[in-house]
Amino acid sequence: MLRLELRPTPSRTWAWASPLLALAITVLLGVLLFSLLGKDPVKGLMVFFWEPIKSRYALGELGVKATPLLLIALGLAVCFRSNIWNIGAEGQYVIGAIFAGGVALLAGKETGRWIVVAVLLAGVVGGMLWAGIVALLRDRFNAGEILVSLMLVYVAIQVLNYMVFGPWKDPMGYNFPQTRTFEAVARIPRLMTGSRVNIGALIALAGAALLWLYLFRTRAGYALQVGGVAPAAARYAGFSSRAALWTALLLSGATAGLAGALEVAGPVGQLTPYIPVGYGFAAIIVAFVGRLHPLGMVLAAILMSMFYIGGELAQSRLGLPKSLTDVFQGLLLFSLMACDTLVNYRVRRSGALKGAR
Amino acid sequence: MDAYPLLFASTLTAGTVLALAALGLLINEKSGVVNLGAEGMMLCAAIAGFATVVHTGSDTLGFLAGMAAGAVLAAAFGWLVIWLNANQYATGLALTLFGAGFSAFVGINYVQAQMPPRPRFNWLGLGDLPVIGPALMRQHPLVYFGIALTVFLIWMLYRTRVGLVLRAVGESPESAHALGYPVRRIRMIAVVAGGALCGLAGGFLSIIYTPLWVEGMVAGKGWIALALTTFGTWRPARVLLGAYLFGGVTMLQFYLQSQGSPIPSQLLTALPYLATVVVLALISRNPTWIRVNMPASLGKPFHPGS
Repeated sequence: MLRLELRPTPSRTWAWASPLLALAITVLLGVLLFSLLGKDPVKGLMVFFWEPIKSRYALGELGVKATPLLLIALGLAVCFRSNIWNIGAEGQYVIGAIFAGGVALLAGKETGRWIVVAVLLAGVVGGMLWAGIVALLRDRFNAGEILVSLMLVYVAIQVLNYMVFGPWKDPMGYNFPQTRTFEAVARIPRLMTGSRVNIGALIALAGAALLWLYLFRTRAGYALQVGGVAPAAARYAGFSSRAALWTALLLSGATAGLAGALEVAGPVGQLTPYIPVGYGFAAIIVAFVGRLHPLGMVLAAILMSMFYIGGELAQSRLGLPKSLTDVFQGLLLFSLMACDTLVNYRVRRSGALKGAR
Repeated sequence: MDAYPLLFASTLTAGTVLALAALGLLINEKSGVVNLGAEGMMLCAAIAGFATVVHTGSDTLGFLAGMAAGAVLAAAFGWLVIWLNANQYATGLALTLFGAGFSAFVGINYVQAQMPPRPRFNWLGLGDLPVIGPALMRQHPLVYFGIALTVFLIWMLYRTRVGLVLRAVGESPESAHALGYPVRRIRMIAVVAGGALCGLAGGFLSIIYTPLWVEGMVAGKGWIALALTTFGTWRPARVLLGAYLFGGVTMLQFYLQSQGSPIPSQLLTALPYLATVVVLALISRNPTWIRVNMPASLGKPFHPGS
């Protein structure tokens, strides 16, 4: 029989090795799944891990999908580090997209280039507003943020549907539920020709650097973490848990909203009912797999982006449903939870000598 | 005038989906474990149940398949959080994300699948009674099962030794452990039972309530069921009542849409979710009251001897 023994301090090695082990397990399960479905597992793995990086265009697509994932995960990391379970980033992302879309629709052909800034800011405000509701209800009414933030996802999607089926529907759009495509001036600039990757990727990377500075080089970042781990100790030290609640939620709302704005003013270019694609949920996995650390999350966002592209390719090349992406993403988080046991515990054979180390 | 008994009847059906899941989660939470994977378990159970009925034609087998799907996923969750001490929130979330993906993946071939015709119920001929008949006597047996389960749980939790031990494990696992009760085994049984009931709810959803399979068809009902345990302050009768109330909100929303109400349909669709937020805020407003009713060790891991 094996049994677990609590480590005196969490293992630093396993903190980094556990996501890698979880990835290995997910790949192994993937191979098993491909074989069960009668597909060539090597081909399957190529689709997920080689095709997305083999050409310049492919790399660009990787960046397009990794951008919103990273941005949202950065905000979520602040929440999770302060022990606030905001799992409704998807809703904040959708509202950000709606706000940004609203501003983008105001632009005419002669509008100045400044409108892009307004579009992005509107997204930030929208996301903050939606997350602010969660903070308000938790702060004033003690309502659990898990369920409130999640319920607001469903509400946000209905708000989007109302706008695109109702007041903002493109009159020239052959009755499709979508807005007209935004004017070129309201779209965010791309980084290079021949690729859809845009300045959002730079913003996300800058965000990762800023988060690193905030968490590890400022007193406010430190206070935030203490407040999450030990509220009583934090109060004693003069750090406010209420401030942490508002900061974390508003920050994560802002990044999710910005991600929504970048998505509609970037690759999508209009509001459609297909804006909510689950980036808000996938970003939860990015945050955990990246250990809530900025650098870790950059890598995790790229990995999850590979899963997205792999899923699309698996559909066209192997005839498998696109939801394969979600299966692998879910499996990755599940295995990570199992592997994380090794961070805090060591596996021992029971009956072994007690003093042996 | 005939609309109202039917509206009432469909409220009971919609409420039963929520009640079965919420009562399962109640057992689960009474033992001190919170499982955010309800949505994922219900989705997997919904497709497992639906596919089974499509292939075998047997509702009973379909319900059993749903329960099995829920129980297996709950067991995986339980193993992680009870024996490996994984974080309950994150692991439950993983279960939901995996369940959503996996059910969509295996369900893709069943999107257009046809079900055999549903039996019509008319208990003892009482369904022909005016008003009461269509409202109460033409229900699927599982609707009555939901009520019976509530009564059973009240008896079990507050009148039997099993219930006492279960509550002790949720209130103070240390004391229960000191008294010699196998805390982790009891929690595991509670989690698997909760998963099986969530599975039954998922099966009921795809076999009876809306007899079809659509990706993501649980549409937050698992989360609403989780909210209902708080709403019912962890008491079976209040949980059942809450489930019917939310079933009523869902039905009212459909009814208003069919009546061509001037309120935008999207707002009506958002109604159950908005109601959940409002109700949660109102119920949670008094923190001491919540603290008194909530199982004291809810969400906290327990590992003997460390």
